Amino acid sequence: MAEKLLKKGNEAIALAAIRYGADGYFGYPITPQSEVMETLMEEMPWETTGMVVLQAESETSSINMLYGGACCGKKVMTSSSSPGISLMCEGLSYMAGAELPCLVVNVIRGGPGLGTIQPSQGDYFQAVKGGGHGDYKIIVLAPASVQEMYDFVGLGFDLAFKYRIPTMILSDGAIGQMMEKVELRPPVKRLTDQEINQKYGHWATVGKPATRNGNFISSLSLAASEMEAINLRLQKKYRTIEENEIRFEKLMCDDADYILVAFGSSSRICESTVEIAREKGIRLGLLRPITLFPFPTPVIQEMLPQLKGIMSVELNSGQMVEDVKLAANGAVPVEFYGRMGGSIFSPEEVFKAFAEKFNL
Amino acid sequence: MDINEIIKPENLVYGKSKVLTDTVMHYCPGCSHGVVHKLLAEVIEEMDIQDKTIGISPVGCAVFAYKYINIDWQQAAHGRAPALATATKRLYPDKYVFAYQGDGDLASIGTAEIIHACNRGENIVVIFINNAIYGMTGGQMAPTTLLGMKTATTPYGRKAELNGYPLKITELIAQLEGTCYVTRQSVQNPGSVRKAKKALRKAFENSAQKKGTSFVEIVATCNSNWKMPPIKANKWMEENMFPFYPLGDIKDR
Repeated sequence: MAEKLLKKGNEAIALAAIRYGADGYFGYPITPQSEVMETLMEEMPWETTGMVVLQAESETSSINMLYGGACCGKKVMTSSSSPGISLMCEGLSYMAGAELPCLVVNVIRGGPGLGTIQPSQGDYFQAVKGGGHGDYKIIVLAPASVQEMYDFVGLGFDLAFKYRIPTMILSDGAIGQMMEKVELRPPVKRLTDQEINQKYGHWATVGKPATRNGNFISSLSLAASEMEAINLRLQKKYRTIEENEIRFEKLMCDDADYILVAFGSSSRICESTVEIAREKGIRLGLLRPITLFPFPTPVIQEMLPQLKGIMSVELNSGQMVEDVKLAANGAVPVEFYGRMGGSIFSPEEVFKAFAEKFNL
Repeated sequence: MDINEIIKPENLVYGKSKVLTDTVMHYCPGCSHGVVHKLLAEVIEEMDIQDKTIGISPVGCAVFAYKYINIDWQQAAHGRAPALATATKRLYPDKYVFAYQGDGDLASIGTAEIIHACNRGENIVVIFINNAIYGMTGGQMAPTTLLGMKTATTPYGRKAELNGYPLKITELIAQLEGTCYVTRQSVQNPGSVRKAKKALRKAFENSAQKKGTSFVEIVATCNSNWKMPPIKANKWMEENMFPFYPLGDIKDR
């Protein structure tokens, strides 16, 4: 029988990193995610799997350690919270440009600025629309439970290497801090240097054998025509990801007249809102995007003919709602309800807003 | 005598390192980068570590170092080479990892990264090219620009009250427990080139012995942005740079 533990979301990230065969974690303390590195240091994986764990001097340095580690073909990851992720956005842009795989966990806190340590979903735009400079995308996974915090470490690494792209787990202070049952999956062994050489030696900096010229990893290309060709290739990759990697969950959507769209901790609250509505005879469903990039646009579009309205529910001032509106493209009314800066809505509050907006 | 009578294997006394590529360097005539690249390639070849060496190139003129030295390269964001080198060395402890950085990269935007990598005693080699000016962006003030020195952003000469003082970061690095070898060299004549090569070799050997960080500063010229022909630039460097940045080993343990 699989081992089950009662763990915080942040602790689950750390345990998953070791058990999914991560080669390196590089991070800097920031509330509300410091338990990730603390747990790793307690577990001492360098003595068991050989995983490197290093406390860097800053988030800037952490993400650039990921750049170096990813260049080596190694499975590297970091975790931080909103202000720290802002510092990492430069590095994420470089890694997207250089097509490097890595896993970044953002346990969002309220902002802007130093903000608050309470949970928020205010970094949706930063994660999904870029954050750093230039035309790039990263894959963004939104866990709604401690189990998903654990599972998405494995999924995140798989996607990152499949497409050679940075992947982010976009969580928040609620999922990071809450304790839930988590089932540990069968451990995955770290790749040996030889296996890495075989799999990634054609692009990674593993030491140049006599049989090939030196590999070179960069995001620099001074000639405009070359840079455009790189950008077109990146965009093609993003379209492939949109075609193949959309993940979502539907609750009571089959007969729904209305749906809520919510991710992460908001979706947990909205599950209860759906129950409240159903008790009142209102056919309300919930669409939970699991991948925020790629966004489940086609899933919303398929449902449009049956719907009278959609409400996006977020712990921010209305960010994902823009993507929901783009998907609906005016076919049905799209409303928004949210709270900001660390405040969390109740299921009843969400229902009240929903009923008011649609005159129910 | 015909030239073909001279170019014969038995007459060969010195050859280009096999670790250097045939690509024509983009560096300006008289620039020190080319000589340092050559020395690096020779050290890598003589130590027979071409397959075990990973270089990190900076943002600045040496961003294209990968074109000239045939090893695996990572190109870092401005100032972050020591962070890349840290992870690379920790993930591949048996490889030789070096960061190649200029003065703006290492001593300005990347000050935190270099100080902390050196303080952790990462078993890497750092090559620090100090020509007291920003080369690639067109001759702006560097942290190591001398007082009174004219640059694009100090057209009247660097003034302490306005621009602060030139940073002797190498002396600062030598204070850190993590560094085992900190030296300042130059490459403007055959004697200095020989010494610089010896220093680079020692730095790479230290890295294999896990003694900590080896830091090799090369006081260098930037003819184009100093607006001097090569010979004059060398003389200016000797007369102005060396008194403030004295050559020699600062730390060796």
